[in-house]
Amino acid sequence: MSEADYLEAFRSEQGSLGAQLPDWVMALRLSALGRFERAGFPDPRHEEWRYTNIRPIVKKAFKPAGDALAPLEVGVLDQHRLGVDSAVELVFVNGRLHAGLSQMQGLPDGAVVEDLGTALRSRGETLQPLLGQIADDRDSSFVALSTAFLRDGVFIGLAPGCVLERPIKLLFVSTREAQPVVFHPRILFHGGANSQATVIEHYAGMEGSASFTNTVTEAALEAGARLEHYKIQRESTQAYHIGSLHVRQMRDSSLRSHNVNLGGRLVRNDLNIGLMEPGAEVLLNGLFMAGGRQHVDNHTRVHHAAPHTQSTEEYRGIIDDHARGVFKGRVLVDRGAQRIEAHQTSANLVLSDGAEVDTKPELEIYADDVVCSHGATVGQLDEQSLFYLRSRGLDDKTARGLLTFAFAGEVISRIGEQSIRDRLEEVIVGRLPDHQRLKELV
Amino acid sequence: MLKITDLHAEVDGKPILKGLNLEVGSGEVHAIMGPNGSGKSTLCQVLAGRDGYQVTSGSVSFEGQDLLAMAPEIRAREGLLLAFQYPVEIPGVKNVYLLKAAYNAQREHRGEPEVDAFEFLQLLRERTRIMKMDESFLHRGVNEGFSGGEKKRNEILQMLVLEPKLALLDETDSGLDIDALKVVSEGVNTLRGEDRSVVLVTHYQRLLDHIVPDFVHVLSDGRIIKSGDKSLALELEANGYQNVVEAA
Amino acid sequence: MATSQSEVEKLVHREYKHGFVTDIEQETLPPGLDEGVIRTISAFKGEPEFMREWRLSAFRHWQTMSEPSWAHVSYPPLDFQSISYYSAPKTREQIEAEAPKSLDEVDPKLLETYDKLGIPLHERARLAGVAVDAVFDSVSVATTYKDKLSEHGIIFCSFSEAVREHPELVRKYLGTVVPPGDNFYASLNSAVFSDGSFVFVPKGVRCPMELSTYFRINASNTGQFERTLIVAEEGAYVSYLEGCTAPMRDENQLHAAVVELVALEGAEIKYSTVQNWYPGDEEGRGGIYNFVTKRGECRGDNSKIAWTQVEAGSAITWKYPSCVLKGDNSVGEFYSVAVGNNCQQIDSGTKMIHIGRNTRSTIISKGISAGRANNAYRGLVKVLPTAKGARNYTQCDSLLMGDQCGAHTYPYIEVREPSAQVEHEATTSKIGDDQIFYLLQRGLSEEDAVNMIVSGFCKEVFSELPMEFAVEAQALLAVTLEGAVG
Repeated sequence: MSEADYLEAFRSEQGSLGAQLPDWVMALRLSALGRFERAGFPDPRHEEWRYTNIRPIVKKAFKPAGDALAPLEVGVLDQHRLGVDSAVELVFVNGRLHAGLSQMQGLPDGAVVEDLGTALRSRGETLQPLLGQIADDRDSSFVALSTAFLRDGVFIGLAPGCVLERPIKLLFVSTREAQPVVFHPRILFHGGANSQATVIEHYAGMEGSASFTNTVTEAALEAGARLEHYKIQRESTQAYHIGSLHVRQMRDSSLRSHNVNLGGRLVRNDLNIGLMEPGAEVLLNGLFMAGGRQHVDNHTRVHHAAPHTQSTEEYRGIIDDHARGVFKGRVLVDRGAQRIEAHQTSANLVLSDGAEVDTKPELEIYADDVVCSHGATVGQLDEQSLFYLRSRGLDDKTARGLLTFAFAGEVISRIGEQSIRDRLEEVIVGRLPDHQRLKELV
Repeated sequence: MLKITDLHAEVDGKPILKGLNLEVGSGEVHAIMGPNGSGKSTLCQVLAGRDGYQVTSGSVSFEGQDLLAMAPEIRAREGLLLAFQYPVEIPGVKNVYLLKAAYNAQREHRGEPEVDAFEFLQLLRERTRIMKMDESFLHRGVNEGFSGGEKKRNEILQMLVLEPKLALLDETDSGLDIDALKVVSEGVNTLRGEDRSVVLVTHYQRLLDHIVPDFVHVLSDGRIIKSGDKSLALELEANGYQNVVEAA
Repeated sequence: MATSQSEVEKLVHREYKHGFVTDIEQETLPPGLDEGVIRTISAFKGEPEFMREWRLSAFRHWQTMSEPSWAHVSYPPLDFQSISYYSAPKTREQIEAEAPKSLDEVDPKLLETYDKLGIPLHERARLAGVAVDAVFDSVSVATTYKDKLSEHGIIFCSFSEAVREHPELVRKYLGTVVPPGDNFYASLNSAVFSDGSFVFVPKGVRCPMELSTYFRINASNTGQFERTLIVAEEGAYVSYLEGCTAPMRDENQLHAAVVELVALEGAEIKYSTVQNWYPGDEEGRGGIYNFVTKRGECRGDNSKIAWTQVEAGSAITWKYPSCVLKGDNSVGEFYSVAVGNNCQQIDSGTKMIHIGRNTRSTIISKGISAGRANNAYRGLVKVLPTAKGARNYTQCDSLLMGDQCGAHTYPYIEVREPSAQVEHEATTSKIGDDQIFYLLQRGLSEEDAVNMIVSGFCKEVFSELPMEFAVEAQALLAVTLEGAVG
């Protein structure tokens, strides 16, 4: 779908939506469309897109998600569930909320989880100052595109002091369609002062689904708010996935982000974290596994805008076959943001001849009283460890599988939810060579 | 040698030293003991001239001169040397370079010619042996990757080389095992002499088994509340600070 | 920090030591650039036709290119028509055509200049065993020790002389590492380069002394576009030193050099630079724009190229001395200290392109920022699918002095070979006030304390420099950072 096709799709949708959405939303959509039109899709000459060519997304003819719900059996859906005990679970099929499959009861007072369309109509005063304000679409045409097609998604709001014991689960499933679908789910999270929550975004696709998911999540964390955020992307290996997470953190707030990418044909994630006030801290924990001809690109940007802020980041990639893994991590420390601490690591395992890794950890520092470090490694499994395991009687294949699993394990071990940890370990083992034997070992 | 008169000092606006008096004569060894937070380390930092330690009133004279008016490096060149409680690591700067630079800075200050590199190395080797340190330490970065005990030994080695008139030891015994404690004590004892003085700041009595002080002072809430001979240290050990503080 | 900001500012004030203008007659082309200017330069130098055509084709290509904008530097747009592309000191009537045969023929004022710069040009040079080629503005003035070198079959001369005397060698190697269309500034250089040094070390010869070139820009409104080409044949070894200074001037001057190194099988080239072009004043007025392309190719198996640089001068530095590791088992090394004070901007680093099997590269980069300077490391490590068993280790440390400066690290790591091991580490820190106090307490002055910590920070790089240069580099660093305690 080219730029012109999106403009056309926008025009046909904008007219019919006028009655459903408030004026400010219509205006927001229109101005974002203008920015998208001016910027166009990025090409590899753009430094931020140096290693990821999105031509396939532009060339492919997607159809906008329609109003009619795609039929989906609960039994089929269950295959894609993570099996995590949750407070509420929202299921989106091809980008549209499926009320019948969702479970939205049982939230404590002070917590709101609502279909975005509903929230746009009834909570304008809360949403308007946040929506499109945390995500800066001057940085990305895809964010502008998301805002232009704003309608589907979810709003999560926590009143000050509201603590959710169990996670909020969002499951996005794409189905296999004769003509693949494009959709733009939008998630807005507002954590009031000292609130606490866990949000799991889970993207899954039916086998053979070649859809294009263009998802944007914005989160505002007020003073002392804590968010544990998961993004687990397990779309089909024909699917296109462009996603971003934009977070604005106030005093003493805390974000733990876990970004796990296992599926997709062409995947790009952007994480933009703003540490705006003293005491804010963030953990960025990432894992990607790519095989076949998958292309997985993670870009992270941590902006230390205030003193005494802290960031820790570890991204690990396992790249096999003819896949390509990309990581770019940027740490920006403003002038005056003294006494900050930032550590970043990018570790990559290249398992085969045709695989490629491009990694670009960056530090941009304008303050002097800082402790910053980054490290990047690209390599294969350690020969000595392999030999050690084999000298203990393991065959080569099992030893490799075990070491690869251990490499991913560093990231998995930082995941707070036991049930997600278990499920991910299972999924990862399933992708390793000799997984039958490994399952008994780990 | 050193005369401290009614010294008041504060850190971040908080008064720590509140009228401290102390006189150290030539050739004397003084031990200053006291509970945590009594002002021991502050006294050391103030005497060495650390920024952020504000002297609000009182005076300190060193060899008849106004110590407080001197820049930190001048104090060192004049012969007041502090063995730090937590010696800092300076990556890439070899020990031997630091020692030579410091040694020559002191000589230059006294109007003496720079020492010949060969002679200096001889001196270093001899002093290194006293501290039972391997010569390879000289070629490592200052305190870089040293264990706690090695750092303390290194501090005393510097004293042996620079031969200060007044050696100020800030909790040099803490974190040392008994063997290291003996070596450090031996080093300090080597330093003793008619025209040299030592001030030991310590929390524990055990150091004083090895370096026998002429005087023992109890520091509490920023003042010396009791002074005596070495038996005072034993009394502190037996009865605890609390009793001594209350009795005083 | 122990010292207050005002003290820092007071101390930061320092004067550029080499900022004098030598008052000698200059023969300079009027500003402007077109094919006519290029033909004139070529004619001035009595070049053969191939050289003139090479320049013209580079110029035509350059006209289709635009200035790169990706570096972390900012400056007003350059007007390439306001620069004079050729300037020669007129000491002898035929100086453009022929360099002086001995030092006696050189203008004494020029020699005085070199004395002020501390260049070991005459007797001192001989004593030190350093052969020197001095490039003053655009023309190579004198090359010492030429005869002794020629006994070994080594050619060390100005580039112009090489074009005249050894056209077959120039033709064979020129532009084979940095093609005329490589990048904007390299193309410009290919079109208008005026002079530079040429070194050829034949098969099996180990060059018995360090070779050295000093570059100096003197005339105002001139650009300096020198071209250096060093070829080491099979099993040869050469160590080459480059020093640079320029006078103080209000306006910015462009320096766009190209250096090409070719190492054949088993050869080793060590290229060391101490760059001290005029950095501009403390408000950022004037100073040299140092936009340089330096690249070496390890063409043969088991060859080695090592770049060592101390970058202390220039208003803007934009350079990435690189190694193309084509031969199996070839080795590339890059050791750099880049120090910026006042308003200096540095975007520098290296590229290591691994093509051959078991190729190895090491990158050690130390950046120091003081005043309002911005110092960026930008480095590419690229491992192609042919480079089985390739290894890279990168260490990249930044030291900040004062809270108005910036330190940035932009490594690019691109790996397409699974047996490669690439490791990158970077840290950013400031000089700790406890470190300074510790040294003060040992009787050192604050200046000495800072110098000691900074030298410690840089020691892995200094140890790669030839002895004489290491001393000069230490001194240069001390002057550049004089009092920049933050």
